[in-house]
Amino acid sequence: MSDATATAVAETPQHGGATPPAKGGKWRGDLGEAMTRNLGLLGVLALLIIIGAVTQPDLYGDSTWVRNNVLSILQLASVVGVVTVGMTFVIIGGGIDLSAGAIVALAGVWATTVATQSYGAAGMIFTAIIVGTIVGLVNGVLISYGKLVPFIATLAMLVAARGLAAQISGKQTQVSGNATINGIAGNKLLGIPILVYIFAGVVIVGWVLLNRTTFGRRTVAVGGNPEAARLAGINVKWHTLMLYGLSGLCCGIAAIMLTAQANSAQAAMGNLYELDAIAAAIIGGTLLSGGRGTIVGSLLGVIIFATITNLFAINNLPVEVQNMVKGGIIVVAVLIQQFRFQSITQFFARNKVTTT
Amino acid sequence: MTQQARDLSRRRLMFGGAALGAGALLTACTSNEASAPEGQTKVADASAAAPGKPVTIGFSAPAADHGWMAAITNNAKAQAGLYSDVTFKTVEAGADAPAQLAALRALIGQKPDVIVLLPHDGKELNAFGLEAMKAGIPVVNLDRAFPDALAYRLQIKGDNYGMGVSAGKYIGEQMKAKGVTNPIIAEIPGIDSLELTQERSAGFKAELATFGFTVASRIPAEFTADSGQKAASQLLQAQPKIDAVWNHDDDQGIGVLAAITQAGRKEFFMVGGAGSKAAIDAIAADSGVLKATVTYSPSMASSAITLARLIGQGKGMSDLVELQVPKEITLTSETITKENASTYSKLGF
Repeated sequence: MSDATATAVAETPQHGGATPPAKGGKWRGDLGEAMTRNLGLLGVLALLIIIGAVTQPDLYGDSTWVRNNVLSILQLASVVGVVTVGMTFVIIGGGIDLSAGAIVALAGVWATTVATQSYGAAGMIFTAIIVGTIVGLVNGVLISYGKLVPFIATLAMLVAARGLAAQISGKQTQVSGNATINGIAGNKLLGIPILVYIFAGVVIVGWVLLNRTTFGRRTVAVGGNPEAARLAGINVKWHTLMLYGLSGLCCGIAAIMLTAQANSAQAAMGNLYELDAIAAAIIGGTLLSGGRGTIVGSLLGVIIFATITNLFAINNLPVEVQNMVKGGIIVVAVLIQQFRFQSITQFFARNKVTTT
Repeated sequence: MTQQARDLSRRRLMFGGAALGAGALLTACTSNEASAPEGQTKVADASAAAPGKPVTIGFSAPAADHGWMAAITNNAKAQAGLYSDVTFKTVEAGADAPAQLAALRALIGQKPDVIVLLPHDGKELNAFGLEAMKAGIPVVNLDRAFPDALAYRLQIKGDNYGMGVSAGKYIGEQMKAKGVTNPIIAEIPGIDSLELTQERSAGFKAELATFGFTVASRIPAEFTADSGQKAASQLLQAQPKIDAVWNHDDDQGIGVLAAITQAGRKEFFMVGGAGSKAAIDAIAADSGVLKATVTYSPSMASSAITLARLIGQGKGMSDLVELQVPKEITLTSETITKENASTYSKLGF
């Protein structure tokens, strides 16, 4: 993991369209920055676990319980985590996808209609993934070719997709009677729930896609400076379209996972997942204005949020306090981000002076 | 270059074809069995049911994304359909109280004889109740009470506090019967900021206190199955051993039960809430941890329509002495267990 973190961090700045070249030693500039941020997040995570261990020594004294608790946190993080991977790509690419939760609901509902369930597990998975991707692509078309602001286009999709989901489901909770689908959440392979494998798989594919392919490089370039990316020969519109399609695809996968977890789907499910995903990406160091971010950071962001939920649950503390703490963490993360980016604003300011 | 262009066009053709095929397949996949509400409607045999003066009933309830609310609207519509002398006019309630208010103002313009209304928020729509009553249109408030007694002609609602009491009573008695003196009792409520949730929890707590028991762990969900799964999975993680769980809502209970199955836990029993068809069937089959549910039945919408018709026709309830319909009716929260599940199965939604 730490190896992956280091590589992810090392790759981003070199190919980031807008980020300045690292000056000085290894720990100066962008490279050290993203790494220290991820180390900081790991520190926060460790702190949360220590708080848990101190407050509930009885539970933490039982090694089987601790192992189950780690798996429980990962399962809790898995659905939002998959959405966050797609969201990270969209945000790095300079956009935002407010419709993520609604797409999860629509794909989940579509995949659990009586007609779809008659095609079995494969039919349900196919439906969820295709519905998610198509809705994402519609977002992409509206944004890149219809020239709608991403915020507005995906906000419209949020409303419309939930509406369509409610229409299809007849506002009822649709129970999934498919043992294979329900088994995705219930069954384990080598002691680890299948859900966690899917989560890991999506994260790894996302990491490779962002750091090891031209698609990933282009995403960073498009988000950092679309005009420069266009002049460099990147089809910015097409690429943006693909990014929203990718986010939709992730939502489709998440829909199947959530359906498996809840053994059902309904139009209200995945409520506010888009905000959870955006928050996780932000505290993971993804810049909301685009051009910068890491999959590992987002992953840590999601896991930190899940660990907080878990921590509050095992200490039987009210959800209200939990939400306040989460809000506080987002603010602190963004504040830290701003401090770190002062150096970059300075760089641009200097640049401006030299060019004019 | 041309090679690449050809490749591209072929790829596009392939993708296009696949997309079209998928689209065609998917649109075929949206059909659902229509669930007709059976047993949720009723027409009395007495003379009160005979066609009388024609009545136009205006109806408004929030757009449902939840089984219970969907059942409310469906029941009202179905019940109105059973009377030949009732014209049923429904207006969309929109997303929140102001939207519902606007829709209802339009409804007054259509001069219905009676308005049956499930408000987004009883307090916010209190003013509308007053307005309609002043205009001479009786208002039947469904489930979410207006604070002002002048704002409604009839109020029919479920008993949230009583629901908690029923659940607490069942759990307390079971614990006593099993001889557990210090049970670990958990609670999974719905949206915690709602007054109805707080009333339910207050009733539960008060009733458990009479047995000397307390709630050990309480994690709220959001009335949806996925939020129920999430809350339950964390609750089970926090409490390695539980004796009883009360889950406030059977729709959210689908997710709660899924989490319990996923965790492989079965040392406790669970009490549900509301009384959905799936829950009642599961209780009757005695197949899992769900042993009972306390009702909060959407059949109240059917009763509200029946009573609205009587109000419109100026008649009373035939079994009562009074010549007019009473002003307030609160349904009692019944406890459904394996023993009586068969009598209640027709009321499941």
